[in-house]
This record gives sequence, C-alpha cells and structure tokens, in this order.
Amino acid sequence: MSTKNWPLWEVFVRSKNGLEHRHCGSLHAADEEMALENARDVYTRRSEGVSIWVVESKHITASNPENNGEMFEPAQDKVYRHPTFYDLPDEVKHM
Amino acid sequence: MNQNLYNYILGIADNSLILGQRLGELTGHGPSLETDIACTNISLDLFGQVRSYYQYAAKIAGDKRTEDDIAMLRKEREYVNVLLVEQPNTNFAYTIARQFLFDVYHFLFLTQLEKSKDLTLSAIATKSLKEVSYHQRFSTDWLKRLGDGTSESKAKMQEAINDLWTYTDELFHQTEADKAMVAEGIGVDVTTLKKAYYEKVEAVLSEATLETPESKWFQKGGKQGIHTEHLGYLLTDLQYMQRTYPNMEW
Repeated sequence: MSTKNWPLWEVFVRSKNGLEHRHCGSLHAADEEMALENARDVYTRRSEGVSIWVVESKHITASNPENNGEMFEPAQDKVYRHPTFYDLPDEVKHM
Repeated sequence: MNQNLYNYILGIADNSLILGQRLGELTGHGPSLETDIACTNISLDLFGQVRSYYQYAAKIAGDKRTEDDIAMLRKEREYVNVLLVEQPNTNFAYTIARQFLFDVYHFLFLTQLEKSKDLTLSAIATKSLKEVSYHQRFSTDWLKRLGDGTSESKAKMQEAINDLWTYTDELFHQTEADKAMVAEGIGVDVTTLKKAYYEKVEAVLSEATLETPESKWFQKGGKQGIHTEHLGYLLTDLQYMQRTYPNMEW
C-alpha cells in the first residue's frame, strides 16, 4: 500500500431517472477519469445507479460545525416558516 | 455426448475460471481499496460467465456431473486454459499486463462467438460482452497510466509486458475441438483473430509509450493440459474446500 494517497473525491449517484443525484461516499483517485471508474466499481456494482457525478473534495466548501449555532438555530423557533399548517395531498410526495 | 462441443466449452470456460481465481487472490491485497474492488469485480464477472459455460457443459455431458464437479474436481492436466491466465500476480503491472493481453483477445473472441450457430453459446457471449468491454477499458486505462507514468511505473509495465508476451501466441492455436466446432459453424476460428489482436495491442502499447516486444519465441501447451508450474498451486487453493469436504455446499 502506497503511503502517498491520491486526492479524495466525493461521489454522487442518481439511483434512477427522475430522482436527484445523492451523495453516497468518497474515494481516492488520481484524476477525474479514474474517479469515475472507481466510483462505478465501488458504489454501483449492485446496480445502484444510472448516473454518477464525481467532484474533487477540495472543491466543496463546507459550513463549519462550530458555527452551527448562528447558522441554523435561529430557524428552529420560527415554525411559521415550515409549511406544517397545510394539509398536503398524498400525491405530493417529496416535500 | 458431443465430446467436441464439451471440450470446446471447457476451452472457453477454463480461461475465465483461472483468470477469475487469480484476480480473486487480490481480495484484500490490491494496491488500493479502489483497485482491489475493481479487480475482484472483474473476477466476479468472470465467475458469472464461467457458471453459464459449465452448466451448459454439464448438460452436454448428460451424466451425474454438475457445474461444480467440472469446475472444481478435475486434475491439473485436465484444465485446458491458456498459459497466460495462470501467470501469477507478481505485482500490479503483471496483473494489468495479463488482464490487458487477455481482454483484447476475449473481446474479439466473444464478438465472433456471438455469431455462433449454438444459441446457448451465442447468448452467453452477448451477455459477457458488456462486462468484457469494461474489463478491457479498465486494463487499457491502467496500462496507459503506468506505461506513460513515472520512470519506475514505465519500467515495471514494460517488464511485465515483455515477460508475458511469450504467452500471447497460444491464444490463436486451434485445438481438435476448435476445428470440429468451426466446421459446424459453432466455434470461432481463433486464427482469424490474430491480426486484429496484435494491431490493437501494438496501438495501445504505443499510446502507453511502451515498446512492443520483438521476441518471436512463444510458449504453448495450456490448451493441451501442459501447464506452467503455477497452475498446480492455484488449483490447490481453488479446490481445497471440495477436496477437504467432498460434496459440501454453501
């Protein structure tokens, strides 16, 4: 096993047409082509997907968990921002 | 029983079985987690193909033999795989060289087998082709990466190609069963694949900035059951469970 690691990539798989790509994990690869092939082998070998996106992890800007208070808590006591006061018809599934 | 057809099926299936077993040895030992899974995926593809062939062979045999008996219980001299596929995983360059040199052949072979008059063989070929075109893509990509990589990876890749080159010519030797099946429109005339094979291999080698070996001295014998010293050890692993616990099932 080499001690020098390839860059890390994040893998997004669309499980079937019409659904969105979802993050399913990460892997190492030397470039985007290898990342796609590795993703195919690591994440879709039990026919989990019909489309794969890969993006090098360094290109993702993430929020800092330390700032969770100011980022997310103010939303918690404003229930009127949630559409919970309406009756949703069953046909509307993914709300 | 159609002995020629039976032998012909084993000639195809044994290549995939032995190569699949070699790749399976990398489980947990691949150079990286991702390549480890890729190699064992290819192994599983090959085992899947092998099951279809041996099930068909068992049907042709028409006696008590099952697919497992045929796959697991023959003696070394009764395996008729080419010498190339039994060569060990010396290092990743050898694994890739062996895979590439076989995949190019395998793809050409299945493309012709698809046209077989035997509908079972033709159906197996159609199903396998998608898998094998991915195998070829995987091994070709890695061959180029390593060949056109660092000076160390290039040297190792060239060494593996040079060492395994001597086993390539045997892919195009016809057995008695081959000749009989070609005459019936069932088998593939492997001699007709040779030109396209070496053209493809040379094109990829040159893209990988590697040299095509010039040696014209080739090893043979696998198709007649005369193997290199490596096959016995491989079979010891492969057959251990059935030999130790006869008739055991999962």
